[in-house]
Amino acid sequence: MKKIEAIIQPHKLEEVKEALKGIGVDGLTVTEARGHGRQKGHKEVYRGQEYVVDLLPKTKIEMVVPTARLDEIVATLVKAARTGKIGDGKIFVYDVVDAIRIRNDDRGESAL
Amino acid sequence: MTRTTLMRTLLFIGLPALLLGQDPATQQKIAELEAKVSAAQSAGDNGWMLVSCALVLMMTGPGLALFYGGLVRKKNVLATMMQSFGLMVLATVLWALFGYSLAFGEGSAFLGDLRYLMLNGVGADPMPDYAATIPHQTFMLFQLMFAIITPALITGAFAERMKFSAMVLFMVLWSLLVYYPMAHMVWGKGGLLNAFLGGSIPCFDFAGGTVVHITSGVSALVCALYMKQRTGFGVEPMKPHSLVLSFIGACLLWVGWFGFNAGSALNSGALASSAFTATHFAAATAAAGWVLMEWLHSKPSVLGGISGAVAGLVAITPASGFVKPMPALLIGFLAGIVCYLMVVKVKAKFGYDDSLDAFGVHGAGGTFGALLTGVFATRAVNSAIAEGKGGLVDGNAGQIVNQLIGVAIAWALAIAGTLIILKICDVVCRGVRVGQAEEVEGLDLSQHGEEGYNLEA
Repeated sequence: MKKIEAIIQPHKLEEVKEALKGIGVDGLTVTEARGHGRQKGHKEVYRGQEYVVDLLPKTKIEMVVPTARLDEIVATLVKAARTGKIGDGKIFVYDVVDAIRIRNDDRGESAL
Repeated sequence: MTRTTLMRTLLFIGLPALLLGQDPATQQKIAELEAKVSAAQSAGDNGWMLVSCALVLMMTGPGLALFYGGLVRKKNVLATMMQSFGLMVLATVLWALFGYSLAFGEGSAFLGDLRYLMLNGVGADPMPDYAATIPHQTFMLFQLMFAIITPALITGAFAERMKFSAMVLFMVLWSLLVYYPMAHMVWGKGGLLNAFLGGSIPCFDFAGGTVVHITSGVSALVCALYMKQRTGFGVEPMKPHSLVLSFIGACLLWVGWFGFNAGSALNSGALASSAFTATHFAAATAAAGWVLMEWLHSKPSVLGGISGAVAGLVAITPASGFVKPMPALLIGFLAGIVCYLMVVKVKAKFGYDDSLDAFGVHGAGGTFGALLTGVFATRAVNSAIAEGKGGLVDGNAGQIVNQLIGVAIAWALAIAGTLIILKICDVVCRGVRVGQAEEVEGLDLSQHGEEGYNLEA
């Protein structure tokens, strides 16, 4: 089992969700996040007071998937989330030790 | 028409009229008609003045509450609104009990007496010295709305850090020590600066440049200096949490200001129209002036536009019933630039934390407007001005000196009064500022036990 953590542009969320649904991925968790990588922030001015805003709004998607499907899912995600510009985000993949379905104690990949 | 035919015509019309006039029944009819005409005028004036009262109250709530509320961080939005709302409650009760009397009773040159204590004798009959065609009660109400918004303006300077208890005490004392004396000096019968009711130094202040904006703006500066900066000032971001709220508030202020200035004509006649025009024009050019200044360095902002409009409304307030439309355009434009410089350059240079720029807009704009009133006031607009006693444009340069004296008195009273009051509040409330932990938590929770936005609810 692998955990996929993807930080994407908020306006790409719908496209990514549709694409994942299209290949039969239905479990995911979405969080509104703020952050930056190489992308620079912007400047705001209020009555002469300048603020550099470098933490920009992002969307974080988390999902745990069977190892066999990892490459396919990552490829789909990248394709749907990419605009080609700085700020598109990043995907991180982790090993997962176990998964438990709270409702009925299912364990491992059958709990996904 | 030749002169003889004119005379003949006049005789033809005039003679029978003269004969009829001697008939007692006709005389009675004419008297009845005159009474009806005067009652109609009174009803018209009273209608406009009651609307003006409501408009000016709307400037404080929700106008100023929204304008200021949007400018603070979201943890302080309710506390900031409560400060304006608190004045709607406090100032009203004080006014009814003794405030109106101390401001508008005849008294001395500096303060009214107690003849109108508990509004004794303030009823349906007009008080001809102040406003001959409306009930005295309407005049009292109109002036009350000014006594509400003036202290409310100060709250912008100490936003996000003052104890609610200290604020309440401050406002009671400030009304007594600063507002009532100043209102009496400028507008009260026999007041020192009253240009039309026997003041020895005739200072023109149509709707409150000295009484409202200098007193509140300068007191605001004293508060900002006395109470020091907010925790985290210059380090943490302190962005306005909702310019949408501020925008709505500023537009309500603009509309409400028609009651403030045009209502200060105290009737619904041509002077009200003239003040209305000057008010609107100055707001427009001031917004343009402020935004143009911004545009030179960065982007033309919404906050700049609404701040400029308010600055223009402030500056035209003392002048609104005395100046023609073109000078109003100019006064507004210059005020937009002056207040921009005060807020953006001067404040940054000295580093005082006048959080929502009560001094930069009201203190500076009020002073600037009061002085320019001495330049552009003209008898052509306001016939109450005596021949040769207008401003510089009427050839009376001395009026600028009168204005200067009025400005100086307003500044001095505001500085001395506010310092004394802050000292008293400091002792009585064991500090005027909230504790640092409370300040970080936000005044909404620490002072009022509630939050403005319960998004999880």
